[in-house]
Amino acid sequence: MNHLPQAWGRPRDDIYGAYDHSYLPQTHANTHPTTHTQSPVVTGTSVLGLKFKDGVVLAADNLASYGSLARFTDVKRLKPFNRKAVVGFGGDVSDMQYLDRLLNSLDVQENYSGAATTEEDDGEAPAATADGEGGEDKHKAILDAKNLHTYLSKVLYKRRSDFNPLWNAILVAGLTTPPPPAPSTSTSSPKDTTTSKPTGPAPSRKPIPYLAYADLLGTTYSSPTLATGFGAHLAVPIMRRAVPDEAAAAKLSREEAVEIVKKCMKVLFYRDARSMNEYSLCVIDGKGVDLQENIKLEGESWAFAEGIKGYGTQTV
Amino acid sequence: MTSIGTGYDLSNSVFSPDGRNFQVEYAVKAVENGGTAIGIRCKDGVVLGLEKLVSSKLLKKDANKRISTVDRNMGVVYSGLQPDGKHFVSRARDEASSWRSTYKAPIPVSSLANRMGSYVQAYTLYNSVRPFGITAIIGGYDAETELSVDGAVGSGPKSGSGGKTKGAKEGGPYLYMIEPSGTYWGYYGAASGKGRQAAKSELEKLKLDPKDGECISLEEGVKEAARIIYVAHEDNKDKDFELELTWVSSVAGPTKGRHEEVPKALREEAEKLAKKSMEGDEDDEEEEKMEE
Amino acid sequence: MVMMMNGQTGMLGEDGIHIDMNHLKSGEVNLGTSIMAINFKDGVILGADSRTTTGAYIANRVTDKLTQVHDTIWCCRSGSAADTQAVADIVQYHLGMYGITNDEPPTTQTAAAIFQELCYDNKDALSAGIIIAGWDKRHGGQVYSIPLGGSLHKQAYAIGGSGSTYIYGYCDANWKENMDEEEGIKFVKGALQEAIKWDGSSGGVIRMVVLTAAGAIRHLYLPDRNYTGPGTGKP
Repeated sequence: MNHLPQAWGRPRDDIYGAYDHSYLPQTHANTHPTTHTQSPVVTGTSVLGLKFKDGVVLAADNLASYGSLARFTDVKRLKPFNRKAVVGFGGDVSDMQYLDRLLNSLDVQENYSGAATTEEDDGEAPAATADGEGGEDKHKAILDAKNLHTYLSKVLYKRRSDFNPLWNAILVAGLTTPPPPAPSTSTSSPKDTTTSKPTGPAPSRKPIPYLAYADLLGTTYSSPTLATGFGAHLAVPIMRRAVPDEAAAAKLSREEAVEIVKKCMKVLFYRDARSMNEYSLCVIDGKGVDLQENIKLEGESWAFAEGIKGYGTQTV
Repeated sequence: MTSIGTGYDLSNSVFSPDGRNFQVEYAVKAVENGGTAIGIRCKDGVVLGLEKLVSSKLLKKDANKRISTVDRNMGVVYSGLQPDGKHFVSRARDEASSWRSTYKAPIPVSSLANRMGSYVQAYTLYNSVRPFGITAIIGGYDAETELSVDGAVGSGPKSGSGGKTKGAKEGGPYLYMIEPSGTYWGYYGAASGKGRQAAKSELEKLKLDPKDGECISLEEGVKEAARIIYVAHEDNKDKDFELELTWVSSVAGPTKGRHEEVPKALREEAEKLAKKSMEGDEDDEEEEKMEE
Repeated sequence: MVMMMNGQTGMLGEDGIHIDMNHLKSGEVNLGTSIMAINFKDGVILGADSRTTTGAYIANRVTDKLTQVHDTIWCCRSGSAADTQAVADIVQYHLGMYGITNDEPPTTQTAAAIFQELCYDNKDALSAGIIIAGWDKRHGGQVYSIPLGGSLHKQAYAIGGSGSTYIYGYCDANWKENMDEEEGIKFVKGALQEAIKWDGSSGGVIRMVVLTAAGAIRHLYLPDRNYTGPGTGKP
């Protein structure tokens, strides 16, 4: 025994050697780096997004898989944030729940300023009225889809930079207000500039459809057709055939868009081994969010199996 | 205040020989100078109202809101020192969000009142701090519906047991008022600030206790709140004021369970009725005078 | 019931469930386990086998995997015995404090939320698969499941542990909503008997707890009596 109480009852270093930390979990051993989640556990598969004339369609099935086990069949992966933005989650379900709670608290904070008023905001950008009265108050800004995407992509990037990623790939869909037109440049004649000076009320800007992707690495991109996971391989080519670019999306009707997405969900059910035939579909447009959470896949085609016999020459 | 100058009013942590804490009593005085704040607990929701005294003509109309949202389903209004009120609200928001992060559910109004009561009370104990110069009114609606865990997925069984006990009556509208001493009670109708006496006597005339039969509806409550604020302003007529009104109902009600500003149309209607009832009073008075 | 899988680092293989058993510290006691909880007409029923193993050795053949965290809120534990006991102890403490400070008993949601927070925040260090079932005045009975990653799922009934993989079919085929107590016990017993039969890591007696307005009642069913009794009586 020595004078150090910490050492009492422990094997003596001079006889048994230094304390062996190796049995400790990695996170506690000084010799190893701290590690975090290396893989997801309970997972959701693809999320699809498609822009149309007035808004965006979003879809994801209701399955949460545990490896190949179809473990939970009632998991809703489309989360409306407000009347202008919906988030679709692929990847780890526990991290989805974390982000859902984060968005929940964000929504509470947003309402501190009283922006929750259900009716006053007509979705248009602030436009000063002729008498300069009340314009701003009448149109309290709310977080739109673009704001939300920026926020979430930064959360995801921060976590991957901490080497502790949130194991998700997400689509953010909804509406956003385009930036104001750039101030007139030197190309316009001096005469033009004087006449176009905004002396009167600024024209109100109409919200436009918005759709963007973000993932566990903090990667982001945007396109009129988007999908996460398997959908990026199987659904995007189908959607692109109908909507090759923004111009095509601007011509697409809501009904056409829903039909294309439904077709893609069917292809994914045929070809994605981690999918199921019940899904959620959401349309976000100027009227708000229309979310259906228990859609059954319709018009599946299996009867042709009868004509398939053997695997080559066999005919009976 | 015969004891002024005896030194027992200089510190929080010292009682006077007759057992009073003068600092707390002075804080109550600060509240009594503030614009009138009221809360009404109606059958299907809570209304909060405030006589916001306008301190300068240079302030923008309808800006600088004073009734605050603390959690989705809960609001706070206060009379007294504004900066103290802002700090109170900030702490209430922290309490609400910390409850949410622990229990994944909104804090019940009673629990928030309890925590804020304790917080305010702590400011009456120490030499280094002064009590809050506000009386705060907390109004909120505890959900009557099944409460889900924030973030949870899945829905449980469709029938029988599993989160849908029929007829189990839980939640509802709640109203609490917290004084500078940290005292708090639940109320049917609460008033604080300069016009509180007038406001209280008006509140007492309302049907608010469910035991006395039908209690007034939320919409009636909004109109009464507007009127009561106008009545309370009578003694303070030399100052300009703006009427601030917020409300919160059940998920099935007009605010969908959220604490929000009363919509412009309803507020204007309530204000018009309030003004009319005041004019009516004045007419009566004038008539009476003429009769004399 | 410890599944020592081929020495690969724990991950979900594409072809099945590979519980990360290397996550277990070597020599750790594991609840190989078959556990479940169901909703029935008047509340919930929790059920579990009683086998605890270290490797192939049965460390305890009469384990109690049904743990009380409040009067009528219980949980079924699977995964590391040490981890799940620690988590259940912490939750029990929190719920006890909640009951005292708020003057009313916690709801099953409250319990589920605290379990979830612990399992999610410490997912790197824990191997715990927990089913929470409880009865409270406001909501009646409820069943929640927290699998490995720490996600929270509300379910009509939940099954868990290594033995559960053998009874997905049995449960899906035999499940009915709104069963009475007798039917519920028959369902749980039938499912656990199958799990014990096919899963080497599950075995021993079947324990159950029935949670209703009347409180918590324990049941016991012994293999040497063909799982017919003694039920709620003394063996």
